[in-house]
Amino acid sequence: MIRFENVTKTFGQERVLDDFSMSLQPAETKVILGGGGSGKSTILKMVLGLVKPDRGRVYVDGEDITEVTEDDLMPMRKQIGMVFQEGALFDFLTVGQNVGYRLLEESRYARDEIDSMVRQVLGFVGLEHTADMMPSELSGGMRRRVGIARALVGKPRIVLYDEPTAGLDPITSRTISELIMKLRDLEGVTSILVTHDLTTAMILASEIATVDDEGQTRFRREDGEFCLINTRFVMLKDGRVIFEGPDEKLREFDDQWVKEFLD
Amino acid sequence: MDFIYKALQEVQNFTLLSVRAVTNLFRSPRYFQDTLIQMDAIGVGSLAIIILTGFFTGGVLALQSANSLKAFGAVNLTGQLVSLSLIRELGPVLSALMVAGRVGSGIASQLGSMVVTEQVDAMRALGTDPSKKLVTPRVIACVTTLPLLTVLADLFGLLGGWIVSFYKLNLNTNLYWTTALRAIDYNDALEGLVKPIFFGFIVGMVGCYRGLSTTGGTRGVGEATTRAVVTASILVIVADFFLTKVLQDLRY
Repeated sequence: MIRFENVTKTFGQERVLDDFSMSLQPAETKVILGGGGSGKSTILKMVLGLVKPDRGRVYVDGEDITEVTEDDLMPMRKQIGMVFQEGALFDFLTVGQNVGYRLLEESRYARDEIDSMVRQVLGFVGLEHTADMMPSELSGGMRRRVGIARALVGKPRIVLYDEPTAGLDPITSRTISELIMKLRDLEGVTSILVTHDLTTAMILASEIATVDDEGQTRFRREDGEFCLINTRFVMLKDGRVIFEGPDEKLREFDDQWVKEFLD
Repeated sequence: MDFIYKALQEVQNFTLLSVRAVTNLFRSPRYFQDTLIQMDAIGVGSLAIIILTGFFTGGVLALQSANSLKAFGAVNLTGQLVSLSLIRELGPVLSALMVAGRVGSGIASQLGSMVVTEQVDAMRALGTDPSKKLVTPRVIACVTTLPLLTVLADLFGLLGGWIVSFYKLNLNTNLYWTTALRAIDYNDALEGLVKPIFFGFIVGMVGCYRGLSTTGGTRGVGEATTRAVVTASILVIVADFFLTKVLQDLRY
């Protein structure tokens, strides 16, 4: 569904991606791990065509988007939701307008239709009451969740997360991880998640969201059911992939740098 | 060499953004509401500084010119001098500089902080072209409101000149206004209205360009703001010279 072929990108003197290749199947989740400034966010921006590779190709849905013009990228971007690092909410709009931004822009829907869709996704992230507030009135964690809600409007099949839990307290991080798992396991969303937060990464790789008989969402650990979860890790170092595979393999992976990172 | 390369690249990027901002006028979607909001913020918001600038400039013109005119025994021509200098030169240029300081910096810092908080990327990711949503409305607002602000500055300048002439130079009110208004012909008025259109474009475009090319976090926003004001002010003054030359050649 998403494929990177030998992508290289330099910013100024710094080579952030070096011959980077990766591919994602539908409904798969890739967790990209790596230190700061290792070009992780650049990968997400390339999927959207916000950043163009210097060399190599990027395919989304089988289509080569490497040389597509900005105007032609717009329809493709509508199928992809992106959650930005600090939420990147528009500070001149209310939370509700932020979440419904895509729908308001398209002018295809009636006001009350948009309102109900906005309320639905805000309900999904548990922030229904904030619709009329301004983003500046929200806490950091709430802003991330609104960012997730905004990415989900219009039911995109691909969702990209840029450090969704960085700098948040453990409880809020947990809430956000659960949202990501719900999308992955219950909605079948394809996603790339970029993070340096190992706790979040491990939760995503070892738990699964299910719906019980009463319609309640439950999270259970995989408990030896190997490969039940469609989540793979990609480890980046100096713009190169040094590891790719499930979490169990990552722990066994024999590399000084990876060991240090995991500790 | 590196410096020349960078300068050329800046010119190229600025030109590309300008072309985009203008061609957006002919492509949907158009953001009327954003344009109105910007016109309010830029036009109505600048009223106070423009009125004050115009008023005191007119006053000081009367004070200064009276001294020189006295040497030739022509103090009664004060009105003419005030109105000509104001309407052709000082009104447009000073208004543009004031607006560059207030609006150009505002645009640059607003867009700059949107860039560093990834709001501009988010906008593109959500399928909106920032040049349509952010740049074009601001440039239209600058181009349309600066001529109006300039007229206002001219009016209040004449008023300031009159107050000085009447109370300080003891000139006859009638004499002042007659000489002031007679002095201006159609070409002067045209010159005074054409210039602010160009200046408005410069201030709006430079503000947007500097804002959108912000890099390096919060400090970058401060730098972008400073650069926007400096670049816009210099470009206004340089453009004023060439516009004056061209408009003079075009007379009749």
